[in-house]
Amino acid sequence: MDLVASGPLILFLAIGTVAVASSILVVALRNPIHSALFLMLTFLCVAMIFILAEAEFVGAVQLLVYAGGVMVLFLFVVMLMNVRDMPHEPMLSPYWKAAIVVGAALFVLFGTIVRGGAYRDAAPTSDALRTMTLEGQAPELVGNSEAVGMVLYQEYLVPFEVASLFLLVAMIGAIVIGKRQLMAEEEELVPQFIIDRAAEEKREKEEIGA
Amino acid sequence: MPSADAYLVLSAAMFSIGVVGIILRRNLIVILMCVELMLNAVNINFIGFARRFGELEGHVFPIFIIAVAAGEAAVGLAILIQLYRLRNSLNVDEARELHG
Repeated sequence: MDLVASGPLILFLAIGTVAVASSILVVALRNPIHSALFLMLTFLCVAMIFILAEAEFVGAVQLLVYAGGVMVLFLFVVMLMNVRDMPHEPMLSPYWKAAIVVGAALFVLFGTIVRGGAYRDAAPTSDALRTMTLEGQAPELVGNSEAVGMVLYQEYLVPFEVASLFLLVAMIGAIVIGKRQLMAEEEELVPQFIIDRAAEEKREKEEIGA
Repeated sequence: MPSADAYLVLSAAMFSIGVVGIILRRNLIVILMCVELMLNAVNINFIGFARRFGELEGHVFPIFIIAVAAGEAAVGLAILIQLYRLRNSLNVDEARELHG
């Protein structure tokens, strides 16, 4: 095989190996901080694979949202938990044998599908992923981001808006769930002088009203 | 260039590792990380098939999946913080009020 032609394949194999190895380490390491850092390495490898597969825009989103946002959130929470002072916990569940069997069975199952060879040929699609088709116009060769953006804002506009609504709901939900105390307990924590002042203001208002 | 098979194998490996991690580990943070791992594996599948068939839809769905994963991580971590405040521990086996 020509070395130049197989260059992307070698790159893919190398990145894929690193991705699988680091995802094994995510599961295998005891300290959650180490798991989080190896998860970040996995996300970076996946972003590289996306870019290698001519999905530049999704690769950039993967970098921004996963490696940038979600991982910082995870690391923040891990730091917040004070993992080092935690009581010694069993790392593995009692079902660890079943877990390995299920994982191996799942991989073998996926493998038998791939072994059929239905998708073995690499179809040359280098232009299809960067072609923008506007209504009533000839297809135009643009960048991948522009083509994805056109599809997203024309055919998938409603799901896009629903996704934004979903993110709003998720944000409000996270804030409400993450609040420190419930309302009933919170009232006890209000300092006495604030309660006194509120009562006094209420009394003054009633006097003015009367 | 790698064929669509290669993407499928990589995705299958990462998905299986995620499943193993969810059943294997007891720490809730690591379980949430494994969920993210599985969502990423699905994204690899989408991208591989987008390249194979030349369809841009394969690039649109991963964006939605990434959005859902971000929301899921935020809510999941909020629940995790509350669990930690309640029990001072992240072991999911200790939270069995529902007798699961």
